[in-house]
Amino acid sequence: MSEPLIQPVPLADPPAESEPVVVFKNVSIAFDGPPVLENVSFSIAPGETRILLGPAGVGKSVLLKLANGLLRPDEGSILLFGEEISHMPEEELFPLRTRVGMVFQEGALFDSLTVRDNVAYQLIQERVSDEEIDRRVRDALRFVELEETFDLYPASLSGGMRRRVAIARAFIRQPELLLYDSPTGGLDPLTSTTIIELIVKERDVCQTPSLLVTHRLQDAFLLCNHRFDTASGHMVPLPKGVTDDGTTFLMLEEGRLIFDGSLHELVRSRNPFVREFLA
Amino acid sequence: MAIQRIETTAKNLVLTIQDYSLFAWRAFTNLYRPPIYWTDFLMQADIIGFGSLSIVILTGLSTGGVLALQSAATLSAFGATAVTGQFVSLTMIRELGPILTGVMVSGRNSSSMASELGSMVVTEQIDAMRALGVDPMRKLVTPRIFASIFTLLFLTIVSDACGIAGGGMVTVFMNHQNGLQYFSKAWESLRYPDIIQGLVKPLFFGYVLSSIGCFYGMRTTGGTEGVGRSTIQAVVWASVTIIFVDFLLTQVLLTLFPPL
Repeated sequence: MSEPLIQPVPLADPPAESEPVVVFKNVSIAFDGPPVLENVSFSIAPGETRILLGPAGVGKSVLLKLANGLLRPDEGSILLFGEEISHMPEEELFPLRTRVGMVFQEGALFDSLTVRDNVAYQLIQERVSDEEIDRRVRDALRFVELEETFDLYPASLSGGMRRRVAIARAFIRQPELLLYDSPTGGLDPLTSTTIIELIVKERDVCQTPSLLVTHRLQDAFLLCNHRFDTASGHMVPLPKGVTDDGTTFLMLEEGRLIFDGSLHELVRSRNPFVREFLA
Repeated sequence: MAIQRIETTAKNLVLTIQDYSLFAWRAFTNLYRPPIYWTDFLMQADIIGFGSLSIVILTGLSTGGVLALQSAATLSAFGATAVTGQFVSLTMIRELGPILTGVMVSGRNSSSMASELGSMVVTEQIDAMRALGVDPMRKLVTPRIFASIFTLLFLTIVSDACGIAGGGMVTVFMNHQNGLQYFSKAWESLRYPDIIQGLVKPLFFGYVLSSIGCFYGMRTTGGTEGVGRSTIQAVVWASVTIIFVDFLLTQVLLTLFPPL
């Protein structure tokens, strides 16, 4: 068999249990103008889900791309799995990125490939056998309840189905970190709830640390107030007043991180911008 | 105000040339470092090579025919219609075959590369590819560049052959001259330096048309409008650069292989 086109990174030296998966230290970035992000610092602990809130255009997607090394900061440092990535050459970043699953705003599925080949993209590069690929793709598609789309092309899928396929693509290699870029943006409420249910399912079943970008408060609260019930196979609400401990919030205002804390702290915040955003 | 605009334009031009040089060099050197996407190379060779075959055949036939028509009138004034074959074959092989094939293929493929890659950029497919641990330069750009170099060489040979055949048809059926004389003159007058000149040029033209197409595609910004802009820039710059490179190459090759 020929050599794999990408080499999966062996998990020989995983970060210590307590070590954060992602750390931002005073990160700033600008594109031909005022800074998009300024002095942003936060971290994501193992098993933690962080929801990044903020209105459109405050730099949420930029922050997500920085976390995966798709953009480089002008200042500050970013640690991913304990490795400094802000100045890491692109060649060294590729293997590191195979440990991260990323769901893009519009899905970013490859138009010319079938759903099977989209979901199996990394496995194909690693030259996994066809039988193994088919099995794992079917498992991933079953997880997002889209098994019937196996042979279809992205053009024949609805917006919501594309997001779910993108989620399946991000999940298939059981990543050590998940990054969601507005996974429910532009979707109807029913489809949004389906997507959030999948994210809750992933959070509670696999406990993968994640960073989710959204400007939709209802999605953020849904994530915080619900858990996945494996017995019924559905998302169920937590008792009144109880929230998921591992799900916390960040909020951006004009490139600055103005809030970092739990849901309780968020709703009690005295910051005028936070209060206006929640109103 | 005007000086500032000139300064900005000059800076942008220098920056673009610098970016292009780095891009083209990286794409070229990727062939010598694994992973190499051979399947993508073959697919692109089929799309670029076989896909461009019809336009290259038509262009070659027409150009050879036009050369024979135009030259016959002039040559007959000197009683030299017998050298029509020599004139057509040398012109096609040394100059018109490579340059016309380069420009025609660039019109078809630089635009398609720029629009395809540009669409992938604006729909975040390129970012998605990077996020999945795959280098888009290796996966998308390098196979296109080497497929273009490889196929343009053979397309140029086809174009040369069609040009000579087209000239032959015009000579026999329209100018009512001797076909055997045409083809024997076309063959006898050829020297190795002529053939080398004709085969070296497409290697450079293939590199130019594909690297410029991919370069403009990969730096697309501004949504679907940006894709259109990239496509136009790719075709214009690829065609102009091919003609300019042809001038430089001709100068160098004539120095290396001076005419008798």
